[in-house]
Amino acid sequence: MNTLDFSIVTQSWPYLWSGLLFSLALTAAAFVIGMVLGTCLALVQHFEIPVFAQIIRGYVAVIRSIPLILVLFWFFFLVPIVLGHLSGNGRPIPIGATYTAFITFGLFEAAYYSEIIRVGLRAVNKGQFEACQALALSTYDTYRHIVLPQVLRVASPIILSQTIILFQDTSLVYVLSLTDLLGAASKLAQLNGRLVEMYLVVAVAYLAISSAASQCVAVLRKRYALATSR
Amino acid sequence: MFGVLFEQTADGQRYIDWLLSGLGWTLALAFFGWWIAFGIGVVVGVGRTVQNRFFSVPARLYVEIFRNIPVLVQMFLWYFVFPEVVPSALGDAIKQIPPPWASFFPALLCLGLYTASRIAEQVRAGIEALPRGQIEAANALGLNGYLTYRYVIVPQALRLIVPSLTSEVMGIYKNTSVALTIGLMELTAQARQISEATFQTFTAFGAATIIYLCLALVAYQAMTLIDKAVRIPGSAPVKPGTDEDLATEMRQGGAVPNAMEVVK
Repeated sequence: MNTLDFSIVTQSWPYLWSGLLFSLALTAAAFVIGMVLGTCLALVQHFEIPVFAQIIRGYVAVIRSIPLILVLFWFFFLVPIVLGHLSGNGRPIPIGATYTAFITFGLFEAAYYSEIIRVGLRAVNKGQFEACQALALSTYDTYRHIVLPQVLRVASPIILSQTIILFQDTSLVYVLSLTDLLGAASKLAQLNGRLVEMYLVVAVAYLAISSAASQCVAVLRKRYALATSR
Repeated sequence: MFGVLFEQTADGQRYIDWLLSGLGWTLALAFFGWWIAFGIGVVVGVGRTVQNRFFSVPARLYVEIFRNIPVLVQMFLWYFVFPEVVPSALGDAIKQIPPPWASFFPALLCLGLYTASRIAEQVRAGIEALPRGQIEAANALGLNGYLTYRYVIVPQALRLIVPSLTSEVMGIYKNTSVALTIGLMELTAQARQISEATFQTFTAFGAATIIYLCLALVAYQAMTLIDKAVRIPGSAPVKPGTDEDLATEMRQGGAVPNAMEVVK
């Protein structure tokens, strides 16, 4: 066994840091796209809008049944073709792995967030809807100001746990050869042969970030639980 | 559309044979990984609930570490790092393992240990959902700690958590695809290989997707049957691991949520 030499990590710190920033940016973008789109998908299913509700149900079921890596491959292949059709000339438009990753994670996470929100919508007390009707609120106002805020608040710990999983899953963009935290470490490791140090540091970095985030969620959950029991 | 799958490949097989061999690796990994995960998961889950710090602290550490490192990074740790940090005789022996197995065993270990941390949290939730009276009754009958867990607590907890274990079963077969990064030719890897060899990307990925969907369906049906067979009469299914607070709150709000914990 060779002696461990972590000096390589301090030397290559800027590169690793840019990789980490990419991972965080991807997580943030997927969170925003996923939440907005996921809420829409959940509402369509909740209102049982014909045809669309069935299509979305199928989409969510398929996305949840196949591995994320296969989804990444699918989108890497499909997105240029679809964009080509949308642009009118029918020729595939190559958009590069980075944009593919952002689009894929956004659409993929939308399926998971929509499941969470859909269940949350079902859990809202019927009295809330009746009260809204009694106040003559429109359907839009009911959902915008009464129902969705409650759903998001109640489901926030699960949504945040899901986002921590999302952060860990962004490491899978490795299969698209992108330079996220793991991708950066892997490229450096192959360059200088320091596999052990690089992968250990990356593991510790993910562990630190994810556990810190989980602790925050736990605190939030506890505070929230207190607030409701009062 | 799927005709290309029955064409000859360069090595004299048909493309469908590649897919089936990939499916074989996927199933082997998921099946054996599951039993490793289940065995360790139950032990660690029990450890999370005992008073004795000698057991509960390592159990907590185990769950924290294995749940908070991405599967892909864990895969690399077992494949690249593990043979380097163990004594060199053992490390060299590991490096001598011939090709498919050299990827299979690290992947098996990785998936088993990772899934175990998730199952442990489910087991803990199941144990905590049992009424206190069960332990008190066991004490009153003179059972010691081990016998209480062995004959009273664990069997009941496992029967309660079958529905939430479904998502872990789905999780482990989906995570088998991560093994392609260390060179195991499982289903997703074979689909990619076929797409590169034939340029029939749609067919290749479509076939793999259909197979994964079938696996999901089979897993779901099997778990539903198991749940029906072992469900404690009159009990409501326990909500998964970390979300029990929310599940209770939502239940008070009216509908009973299911499948709250989503797993990739």
